[in-house]
Amino acid sequence: MKRVGVFLCWCGSNIAGVVDMDRLQAEVERMPGVVHVEQNKYTCSDPGQESIRRAIREHRLQRVVVAACSPRMHERTFRAMMRTAGLNPYLLEMANLREHCSWVHRDIDEATAKAVDLVRRAVFKVRLARPLQSGKVPITRRALVLGGGIAGIQAALDLADFGIPVVLVESSPSLGGRMAQLDKTFPTLDCSSCILTPKMVEVATHPSIRLLTYSEVESVEGYVGNFKVLVRRKARSVDEQRCTGCGECLSKCPAKVPSEFDLGLGTRGAIYVPFPQAVPNVPVIDRQSCLYFTRGRCRICQRACPAGAIDYQQEDRLESYEVGAIVVATGYDQFDPAAYGEYAYRASPNVITGLEFERLVSSTGPTGGRILTPGGGREPQRVVFIKCVGSRDEQRGASYCSKTCCMYVAKQAILLKEKLPRCEVYVFYMDVRAAGKDYEEFYLRAREMGVQYVRGRVARVFPHGDRLRIRAEDTLIGRRLELEADLVVLASAMVPRPDARQVARKLGIAANQHGFFSEAHPKLRPVETHTAGIFLAGAAQGPKDIPDSVAQAGAAASKAAALLSRQEMETEPVVAEVNEHWCSGCLRCARVCPYNAISEREIRVRTAAGVRTKTVATVNPGLCQGCGACAVACRDGAMNLAGFADQQVLAEVDALCL
Amino acid sequence: MNSYLYYPGCSLAGTAREYGQSTLAVLRRLGCEIPELDDWTCCGASSAHSLDHRLGLALAARNLALAEAQGRGLLTPCAACYSRLAAAWHGVRQGGEVAEWLREILGRPLEGTFRPRSLLEFLVVEIGSHEIARQAGVPLDGLKVACYYGCLLSRPAEWAIDDADNPQLMDGLLEELGARAVPWAYKTECCGSFLALARTAVVFGLVERIVEAAREAGADCLVTACPMCQANLDMRQRRGRPPLPIFYFTQLVGVSLGLAPEVLGLDRHIIPGLPLLRERNLVSGPVGLRERLLR
Repeated sequence: MKRVGVFLCWCGSNIAGVVDMDRLQAEVERMPGVVHVEQNKYTCSDPGQESIRRAIREHRLQRVVVAACSPRMHERTFRAMMRTAGLNPYLLEMANLREHCSWVHRDIDEATAKAVDLVRRAVFKVRLARPLQSGKVPITRRALVLGGGIAGIQAALDLADFGIPVVLVESSPSLGGRMAQLDKTFPTLDCSSCILTPKMVEVATHPSIRLLTYSEVESVEGYVGNFKVLVRRKARSVDEQRCTGCGECLSKCPAKVPSEFDLGLGTRGAIYVPFPQAVPNVPVIDRQSCLYFTRGRCRICQRACPAGAIDYQQEDRLESYEVGAIVVATGYDQFDPAAYGEYAYRASPNVITGLEFERLVSSTGPTGGRILTPGGGREPQRVVFIKCVGSRDEQRGASYCSKTCCMYVAKQAILLKEKLPRCEVYVFYMDVRAAGKDYEEFYLRAREMGVQYVRGRVARVFPHGDRLRIRAEDTLIGRRLELEADLVVLASAMVPRPDARQVARKLGIAANQHGFFSEAHPKLRPVETHTAGIFLAGAAQGPKDIPDSVAQAGAAASKAAALLSRQEMETEPVVAEVNEHWCSGCLRCARVCPYNAISEREIRVRTAAGVRTKTVATVNPGLCQGCGACAVACRDGAMNLAGFADQQVLAEVDALCL
Repeated sequence: MNSYLYYPGCSLAGTAREYGQSTLAVLRRLGCEIPELDDWTCCGASSAHSLDHRLGLALAARNLALAEAQGRGLLTPCAACYSRLAAAWHGVRQGGEVAEWLREILGRPLEGTFRPRSLLEFLVVEIGSHEIARQAGVPLDGLKVACYYGCLLSRPAEWAIDDADNPQLMDGLLEELGARAVPWAYKTECCGSFLALARTAVVFGLVERIVEAAREAGADCLVTACPMCQANLDMRQRRGRPPLPIFYFTQLVGVSLGLAPEVLGLDRHIIPGLPLLRERNLVSGPVGLRERLLR
């Protein structure tokens, strides 16, 4: 029988305040194989770890149980300690007496009884543990950044400055993302383009960055350090090498369609650059609205182009890249306020969203920066902002707070007051959340400029003559109000992009119930995903403003750089293993594997009837994340998760139930 | 369509007779023969559910159980009946304790297999506005209506027949029939309900706001799907400005289908609605006795 040592941690009073440690020790001492038990106030501390090392030496321990907090917290710590004590790190088992017991119980007797069970489970399991060895895989020193908004731009620049080659893939024709659509930024009111466009140029000219705009990731294969990415470069119909960006073609194009960049408030041609500062400054032909592509006639742009860059025959190209790490910065979308029929978003052109307001107030926007009602082209006398449209409303929108709206509404109100001092501005709010450096002061500035903040949700917006009438309640004085306005701005929620779930599936990463990508740990691993080698940046992970996106992008870049700074990496040994003798080759395991880590292969087996070939499952240990789904799906018991073998799990069940 | 039994409720047999009359006439004209639920009893509206939650649900549930035993759901024009039946159905569907004691009180099985339907939802969703418009001979051209849903069809959101804040079913139906449904903001406001008896002044105030808003939006009349709303709006408009007539939506659907005014009970309102319909050439034929008296 293996010699087991058990270390009971008080965690200060976190555990010892609820669990009777002496009674627990007495019970543990009687468990099979346990030759040594001791208590420690803080086992994770340096003296705590040292006392385990000493006990391993003195009592010739072969297996160790640490009964303390969640393994998510300190399993790594204790595994490292095992290595320094000369034991294989995987001969350690943790019993979670804190999160699973003392933090959730009050009754000392019951909590102690449960603690005994939890430790017994760990003892039974660890007795069957066997040493696991990690392997090594080489690392491709190149990173993929997905998305060319501010988060993607920042991540790409930071990675490139580490000297790491970067491939930046952006689906639209230009870098810039949402930030390029904004007019000014809070809380400093510096112009969004002025701080963004230099970064866009830097990306385009950086020798370590390969910029692929108007491109999409088709598929991602492989695993950390060794991803294979297939990129579809959509046909631009303009030769990027030849085009000089002179813009001759743009003014000649006879087609007029709503501009995506101006959110339909302005128009563009069928051949267009999304906005004047676009990077690259190479137009793209929208084939759906191009007269040549739809009716076979026109070719005006081709005649206008002095460089001969127009190429109607261009086709989508597929390019393959090998990368070691991926930063996902695919951004966010705007909630469609049509779900709130009573706000008349569809019914009136003068009800717009916050992002549309940005285009309205931007000097590169359709009105050249003059604030005019989209319906009548008049300067508004009164503007009403409605906050939390789609946020904090489980019934029709999302339960979460979109975090940025309070500040951008304050900013837009200030811009309005600056441009139109006589315009009355009302803001209807549920709460004002201005947490952030200089944010509260910024919000107060809006109030000082005369912006009327009214606490209450607006009930109705409806057209009344050529104005809009708003019904609401001022919940602070408990009175209903009804007022007229020329423009209503809905601060609509930040939501994941419509294709977020497909992207998550392609990459093999998780998304939460709303569709935002999930980080590996909300506090301690905020930029990593559960899939090794894939990192998150920006609003694709959750609503975020520019400073947060930039900070997160930097963090993601340095995490990726840390990974790519090595030649090779150790693989996690807790992966699935196939017992080929037992495997019947049904490949149910392959179907349930979320990481595409299992494939089939043929092996030759010697049987009584001679040598024959047989199909078996095989696990790619680089891809396997150790989730164990395959072990559950396996009918033959041939699939085992190293460190969680069937015998070990059954021993745990026995420990708890027998 | 055969899966329903008709549940008129008490109002449609009394104060809102014209709602019941016009409902049956319209259904008949559309070829839907929906038999009445035999031995139906009170839905538990207002009095019962404000006194005792269980009694309120059980009274409605009894009717659900009777229909369920015949393999059918209930169809009811009355907003209050719908609200109570839906509340009971919701309770049963939620399962657990509520479903248990409802079955115990009733002493009958009740699974909640069939969802109760309001007539408005039935006409729009199951028969279809388009189909009704196809059969209609008299387009309601030039009639500007303010569709008023009140609270019982639109709240709570769990069993609202439509978007709780911006219901559209009635607007869509009447627009399909040629009327113009004006956009306005009071479609789900409170009409004052039973305060009409206890504190009439309050109801006069509430009704005035609703009617004023409809007038301001340019409406010729208000259209409701609730006997309570209709009664309050019809009886509590302040004297002074010319009052707006209050129709049941079934009456206007009936007019559009070419049914006679007496059949639709159009001569039974306190504020006469027929002069408006005659003025717009939507109703023709001789002026009836009751109509003459009301003038």
